[in-house]
Amino acid sequence: MNVRAQVLLWTAQRISAAVLALCVVVHLVTMIYAVRHGLSAAEILGRTHGNHGWLAFYVTFVAAVAVHAPIGVRTIVGESFGWRGMLVDLAVIALGLVLALWGWRAAFAVFA
Amino acid sequence: MNPPHPSPLTPLPRTLSVRVWRGAEAGEFRAYDVPRQASQTVLDVVTHIQRHIDPTLSYRFACRVGMCGSCAMNVNGKARWTCRTHVADVAVDGALEIAPLRNLPMVKDLVTDMAPFFDKMAQAKSSFQGSRTRADDFARVMPDSPRRKEVDAAIECIGCGVCYSACDVVTWNPAYLGPAALNRAWTLVNDVRDVANDQRLAAVAGDAGCHACHTQMSCTERCPKQISPTAGIAGLKRAIAGAVLKGRL
Repeated sequence: MNVRAQVLLWTAQRISAAVLALCVVVHLVTMIYAVRHGLSAAEILGRTHGNHGWLAFYVTFVAAVAVHAPIGVRTIVGESFGWRGMLVDLAVIALGLVLALWGWRAAFAVFA
Repeated sequence: MNPPHPSPLTPLPRTLSVRVWRGAEAGEFRAYDVPRQASQTVLDVVTHIQRHIDPTLSYRFACRVGMCGSCAMNVNGKARWTCRTHVADVAVDGALEIAPLRNLPMVKDLVTDMAPFFDKMAQAKSSFQGSRTRADDFARVMPDSPRRKEVDAAIECIGCGVCYSACDVVTWNPAYLGPAALNRAWTLVNDVRDVANDQRLAAVAGDAGCHACHTQMSCTERCPKQISPTAGIAGLKRAIAGAVLKGRL
């Protein structure tokens, strides 16, 4: 991987971290609200079904996770185990795709 | 936290228990009892061992006054200049453990091979490259200009290797250029006379460059010259982002 690509990965991880910071706060506040108001699963689904706002929020949240986590894992396995190179890069791309697909699947499941 | 400095009226313990690394990578700590003296430095301790107990002990020093940086060692787990470190400031219960600098190949006892450290300085393009000849007039750099101030904050590095030894990222990522090389690059990036900055920014970017820094700040904490390589590394990241945006990297 060339230096420019490495710099872009670093930048993508910082930007996704900023998005995640906001998304995690919104997600936690929503969870606390749901628990403190005793909302049932059915009531929660009733609010998320057909709600494009929540869909957009969770699609963004999942995208940020799918960008942020694999780049971090790439660094961690390099520093912890010395695993570096194309195989690791391909593995973390696969990890990102899996996280994105699972996450978006869940987001669509509570929307549809 | 450092133990409190003893009052001049407090009688010193008569001896100091010192464990010193002997051998190379496969070596071991060996224990010595060294007479305790007032205003004793860690370098005094090492010198006493070599001159009075075991002349086969190898270590480096030159100036003894904090100018050359050659006597840097790990003292009780922290990289320091031994000539500028008083025993009273670092001994714990009258004991010292002295080891060679981390992150560098051991040659023998307290001597490390500094070649990787200086090789990385070269990789970071740490040599000034100007365009003027002796026929040209002097470059005029205002002392209070922002870039000159950035240089002032980082220029006093003497290449002792303390920051390199203190940096965990160097341990985890042997290709990482390290704080001193990046700090040097930062001084040149801010040198308005230098003409090689695009190549320099490319040399210090990416997984082995400034983007590998975790901002743990051990370098800044340990630098005997109170330089903050962390600040320089952050500056390099900004400069590189600008170069990427302008298509120069």
